[in-house]
Amino acid sequence: MATEVEHAADPHGGIDPNENYLLAGKGIWSWLSTLDHKRIGVMYLISVILAFFLGGMFALLIRLELLTPGRTIMGAATYNRVFTLHGAIMVFLFIIPSIPAAMGNFVLPIMLGAKDVAFPRLNLMSFYIYVIGAIFCLFSIVSGAVDTGWTFYTPYSTTSSSSVVSMTLGVFILGFSSILTGLNFIVTIHKLRAPGMHWRRLPLFVWGMYATSVIQVLATPVLAITLALLAMEKVLGLGIFDASLGGDPVLFQHFFWFYSHPAVYIMIVPGMAVVSELFATFSRRAVFGYFAIAMSSLGLALLGFLVWGHHMFTSGQSEFATMVFSGLTMLVAIPSGVKVFNWTATLYKGSIWLTTPMLYALSFLVLFTIGGLTGLFLGTLSVDIHLHDTYFVVAHFHYVMMGGTVMGFLGGLLYWWPKITGKLYNEPAAKVSWAFIFVGFNAVFIAQFIMGSRGMPRRYYDYVPEFRPYHAFSTYGSWVLAVGFFILAGVLVQSLLKGAKSPPNPWGSAGFEWNTSSPPIFSNFAETPVITRGPYDYHEATEEELFDGFPEDFKKTES
Amino acid sequence: MNSTDLMKQLPAQWSTFGPGYDWLFYFIYWMSVVLFVGIIGTAIYFVVKYRRQPGVKAEPTGHNLVMELAWTVAPVILLVLLFHWGFAGYVSLTTPPPDALDIRVRARKWSWDFEYPNGGHTANEVTIPVNRPVRFVLSSEDVLHAMFIPAFRVKRDAVPGMYTTLWFQATHTGDTRFYCAEYCGAADEPVTQPDGTQRETGHFSMGGLVHIVPQARWGGFLEGILRAPTHPDGREFTAAEWGEQLYTQQNCNTCHSVNGSPMTGPTWQHIFGHEAALTDGTRVTVDENYLRRSILEPNAQVVQGFNPVMPSYQGSLTDRQLDALIAYIRSLR
Repeated sequence: MATEVEHAADPHGGIDPNENYLLAGKGIWSWLSTLDHKRIGVMYLISVILAFFLGGMFALLIRLELLTPGRTIMGAATYNRVFTLHGAIMVFLFIIPSIPAAMGNFVLPIMLGAKDVAFPRLNLMSFYIYVIGAIFCLFSIVSGAVDTGWTFYTPYSTTSSSSVVSMTLGVFILGFSSILTGLNFIVTIHKLRAPGMHWRRLPLFVWGMYATSVIQVLATPVLAITLALLAMEKVLGLGIFDASLGGDPVLFQHFFWFYSHPAVYIMIVPGMAVVSELFATFSRRAVFGYFAIAMSSLGLALLGFLVWGHHMFTSGQSEFATMVFSGLTMLVAIPSGVKVFNWTATLYKGSIWLTTPMLYALSFLVLFTIGGLTGLFLGTLSVDIHLHDTYFVVAHFHYVMMGGTVMGFLGGLLYWWPKITGKLYNEPAAKVSWAFIFVGFNAVFIAQFIMGSRGMPRRYYDYVPEFRPYHAFSTYGSWVLAVGFFILAGVLVQSLLKGAKSPPNPWGSAGFEWNTSSPPIFSNFAETPVITRGPYDYHEATEEELFDGFPEDFKKTES
Repeated sequence: MNSTDLMKQLPAQWSTFGPGYDWLFYFIYWMSVVLFVGIIGTAIYFVVKYRRQPGVKAEPTGHNLVMELAWTVAPVILLVLLFHWGFAGYVSLTTPPPDALDIRVRARKWSWDFEYPNGGHTANEVTIPVNRPVRFVLSSEDVLHAMFIPAFRVKRDAVPGMYTTLWFQATHTGDTRFYCAEYCGAADEPVTQPDGTQRETGHFSMGGLVHIVPQARWGGFLEGILRAPTHPDGREFTAAEWGEQLYTQQNCNTCHSVNGSPMTGPTWQHIFGHEAALTDGTRVTVDENYLRRSILEPNAQVVQGFNPVMPSYQGSLTDRQLDALIAYIRSLR
């Protein structure tokens, strides 16, 4: 096993394997041609942050347009393009690759005690496939953009004159990047664990990545097939979804959600995986119900394949199918609840350190609970009928995707920031940005819950005056949220330019990724580590392992 | 609107589904509030009580199989209950009584056509009798749409190539709004109204009012839709006046101007009696027969420079309404 890894890293011959990975190889080409999982992770991280910025700008434009009824800054046709691009960019370019491809690539092999992923060349290739897919998506923006909504429902998408083919081609290509990353992680987790890293010692982040990878490999091909059929119908006039050609428009929805519902778990399970690490590190004790959390990730991955029809309760699918999908959807609440209860129990008798990453983990707990509970309204058949396709649904999935995954992403970003960059960041300023983001987020979407259940349909450019106070409040919230993100960006830039050097383990975590230097050396560990305890066994870890960083803050209270 | 109204979760309910729906909605709502306060309250209590303190170490995590099983199994009871109530409600939502009054509803970008049992039509507004089950038979002529009436707590997609149904029984008289709830695009350019203002059309503008009338007035309404409307003084509209009203009611103004400027379709000004060049190279004189055919089979004889995108109005207009529209176009010559 070990020889394979060395062989994989061999093309970097001439590089000192004990050199800091950021300095091992100089110049832009050493990055673009790197096979180092850490550098590929960093390139993904930069890409997804750019995508998040772009998608966020579109979100602000949507909210600004909806500040007042009628035309505020743009026409209806432009508005439809803006909300489509917000959704498509956030889903396909940001949230799906965010935690798995960026953070997973960086920390997963280190957590396993490996020198790299199983297939480093495939890893680099999947990054370039992502870039090519992103170029097609961006090309569609400059060539007239897409106005179909990110769901590309037929027959609207097959008859729309906007650049649907280029966007779907982009998403088609992005899917392969996702499949290859998933495949790489599955093999890495099976084959490259260090001696002593048996399955019961696997960090929960790795368990989450494993579940995510399985969904990526099994579900994404269906999206590729669906989009290929869509493009064929549009270009060649095949009658698959178009009723006037003998097709069935509802069939597209089945195909689309057969991928896109599991994709919801590609998005949320990694967020859960990150916060499981955060709860352990900052409570200084093992996650309660380790095995239940690991298995609930796999449970969600499995259930995710069986509930796609709950997006279609009003679509005209059969009543029998609707009943079965409602029943199966209810089951999703069980593994979700198990996680929430276990995280809460982890806090009990811990030693809780409220760093910014921990604040994000707690935010995840609060917001995901709201997202999950509002899911009960939507899973209950008769109640869903009124709420379907209203702002209630918009608020619900933002509480899960943004309140869940993005909070997990931000928590993970700050938590592993010293590991990735070797720099500390300004904690008080980061806490201020957290407060803006938390308050702003809730302001945006609480208002949307209320107007949604009162009957405001989604994807509306204009609205009746009754809904004006809610829309205005939601827009003000989006500005608070934006301020929070700009402060956070400032904190990170300041850290890169002037941040103090980080000790290897600034958080005093028992996780294995902190057992190597920060930033890690090129080969991750000087010699293959032998794992002798679990990643959360604080009572077994030595003082030396729990090296205390953020020194002035940490030592003040500990000594 | 006062501040307590603003915080109310649901709009007024005006159908027989309302009370049951609202009860279940608020049951889940208050159950969620209790669970949320319980879980997050516990978490906050732990965060405060077990905050990092000098000399105090975290206790190693133990196991508690009973508790873990309890919070895995206990939610199942609630979930079965919710599923049962939700499904029971759904069964009544999808099972119209056999004596329901059928109204045929056709959706197209971006208007609704309602056809009543006597063959009369209304566009973008529908009148129904109170306290009587009404069944909408929905279909779409182009892309997906959805009929959504918040006050009745009902919604159903309109799908091209198939029929879907939705039923309700109103319990109040008055007006309430319906919306399109399935995204269906928007016009590329705003439409210039006869009064010079600009109006955007699309998914968001595809709504209107449900007029719920006492049963005693229902018969009179049905007769009325077959006749020309009347002025307040009781004088009947002339054919051209009625046509002018239909021009906006039937959304002709989305694509046809009356001031000479071409939009998605040709203008109506100064066309009657003139020749027009068609896309197949032939020429045709715009007369009553050409106009009638262009409304019923719009893509048979398309004027040069325009795309064959107009939906057919076959079945949406009575003969008298067709006459009225043609009379209006003739009056613009």
